[in-house]
Amino acid sequence: MNKLQTFTKGIIRENPVLRLVLGTCPALAVSTEAVNGIGMGIAATVVLVLSNTIISLLRNVIPDKVRIPAYITIIAGLVTVVQIVIKAMAPSIDTALGIYLPLIVVNCIILGRAEAYAAKNPVVYSILDGLGMGIGFTLALLCMGIIRELLGAGTLFGITITANVIAPMTIMVMAPGGFFVFGILIALINKLEKKLGPVDRSSGSACAGCPSADMCGANEQAPEKEVEA
Amino acid sequence: MIQMIVTILLAGLFTENFVLSKFLGICPFIGVSKKLNTAVGMGVAVTFVMILATLVTYPIYTKLLLPAGLDYLQTIVFILVIAALVQLVEIILKRYIKPLYQALGIYLPLITTNCAVLGVTILNFTNDYNLYTNGYLYAIINSLAGGVGFLMAMCIFAGVRGHLETCDIPKGLQGLPITLISAAIVSMSFLGFGGLAEGIFGA
Repeated sequence: MNKLQTFTKGIIRENPVLRLVLGTCPALAVSTEAVNGIGMGIAATVVLVLSNTIISLLRNVIPDKVRIPAYITIIAGLVTVVQIVIKAMAPSIDTALGIYLPLIVVNCIILGRAEAYAAKNPVVYSILDGLGMGIGFTLALLCMGIIRELLGAGTLFGITITANVIAPMTIMVMAPGGFFVFGILIALINKLEKKLGPVDRSSGSACAGCPSADMCGANEQAPEKEVEA
Repeated sequence: MIQMIVTILLAGLFTENFVLSKFLGICPFIGVSKKLNTAVGMGVAVTFVMILATLVTYPIYTKLLLPAGLDYLQTIVFILVIAALVQLVEIILKRYIKPLYQALGIYLPLITTNCAVLGVTILNFTNDYNLYTNGYLYAIINSLAGGVGFLMAMCIFAGVRGHLETCDIPKGLQGLPITLISAAIVSMSFLGFGGLAEGIFGA
């Protein structure tokens, strides 16, 4: 796989939110406004690129047995830095994102890419992979944010569009709207499955490294090991 | 004080349900809710770890990090404490309390990266419980309410999904899309609890 493909695959073909179904919590929670989606997306992208870089550089140093705690520590450190920067530079974004900003630590896109990609590939590729996945995450959040803000508040990026013409459906910016829009978007993407080519959610491309990989929604087809256990 | 406790309980269970209105712990909510027994197991394990995590992180933050001016280290300290705690609990249960381990053991390793657990420990401080004299108690009640709310949402949703299995669903919506849309409807029903605590206390 060449460098360009490594970069572009995360944007649409293996979009982390809409195709790999990772990082659903922040996607649902912060997509009430398009601006918040972008803020969250950029914060996660920065963390993802930096964590992929560091983990790729250290991939031969970190012992296999303690790799997950090591990754979590690296990611948590980066999140703390990003949190402080956002608090200083864009306090309004910090308030809007609330606890979802520190929760980037447990966003399975980041741990998933660390385990599935950065731990096995050279630095340049890992950076491109992180950047592509981050942009894919941002675009998915932006897409959900635009739909929810337009339908739910009649505005886009805070500018009134349809609010004067049609009464906005407030429920779209509330919790049920998040689930609904996400469900419809996944259905649309599934419809395009043929064009995009199938994506193997259970393999290394998804969050195989995430401890909950076997049980989490990412592996819809995965056998239910928990029943026998 | 009683009023505060009841308000926290009602918020965690109904009006600000962790899964259905705060979107914390969506992965297990979607992934493990196919069958009622696994949903209950996961819910109980999450509640257990949430309370334990609060018991440990609350004193660390108020007694150690805040006086030392290190409160910006909250995220990194909390996630490491939770990860270590989950490991420790697993080892202790395996060695000494076999039946409990058999019931909850398989869910424990999955909980470290569950955003509901890290979420509740951080929420205890964004809710400013540490400003009250009974802050520790409130924080524990909050994690109990959050955990039980999670358990309840999982059970309700497991029932909904049981019915979905026998339904004739349009091809494009099968699988994840219809699951999310049903979650939207369950979440919408919880909107009906809005203003519950205010209504009870006439505030």
